[in-house]
Amino acid sequence: MIASPLAGYLLVAALIFAIGLAGALARRNAIMVLIGIELMLNAANLNLIAFWRYGPHPELLTGMMFAIFSIAVAAAEAAVGLGLVISIYRHARTTDLEQMNRMKG
Amino acid sequence: MGVVFYLISAVAVGGALAAILLKNLVHAALALTLAFLGLAFLFLRLDAQFAGFAQILVYVGAVAILVVFAILLTRGSELPKEGVFSKTWLIGLVIAAAVFAVLGWAVLQAAPWLSHDTSAPAVTVNDIGNALMGRYVLPLEIVAVLLTAAMLGAVIVAMHEKEKTK
Repeated sequence: MIASPLAGYLLVAALIFAIGLAGALARRNAIMVLIGIELMLNAANLNLIAFWRYGPHPELLTGMMFAIFSIAVAAAEAAVGLGLVISIYRHARTTDLEQMNRMKG
Repeated sequence: MGVVFYLISAVAVGGALAAILLKNLVHAALALTLAFLGLAFLFLRLDAQFAGFAQILVYVGAVAILVVFAILLTRGSELPKEGVFSKTWLIGLVIAAAVFAVLGWAVLQAAPWLSHDTSAPAVTVNDIGNALMGRYVLPLEIVAVLLTAAMLGAVIVAMHEKEKTK
């Protein structure tokens, strides 16, 4: 099996990132695209934490802080993204991305 | 590594897969919550208690509820008749598979040189608080401003159309 525990975490993160990317690219619904983006952000956080844990200087907390700030920014992104989806739905009565082909109101 | 790691990883990856594949959006949101929980437990297994509990509070507590609210507000729980996947889903799948192949190849190539040090870092929440108030105080303030601006922006964006129709 995989020798280093870090490699295991990195592979899991890569898998979740790929799943999130596939979801963001393949789904029609705008909310599902946002869910895919959230999954990708989470996979990146897992990478940051894993590198922090197995890095040479975990006591400096660099990777951990990066992950915590990333969680905060992702929360802001989710709020703005879902607010946009709701606003577009009110305007166009759809969340289907293939019907959203213009930015003009 | 151990059995626990494989179990938690299976929960996280399975939840993520289910979130992407399930047709009903509410079910997808619940599967997404499961994936977030699995990731939080992976954080806890990596001795990152603060990040793990922040993950549970922010993602399982707030983002998942926000997603469910957005789904219900946009009547997303009704199945579209054209199907849930876009016309170009195959291209998306190929791109995602290619990205995973590159990342997996890179990790497996680098695996023999990765650290095997398994001693847990002696970091307490106290240290994290001190770091946030000391070395990282400027990023913390910027994130605070960003969150305030984002929340205001989200409310304004979501409210705008309502005023016009009244």
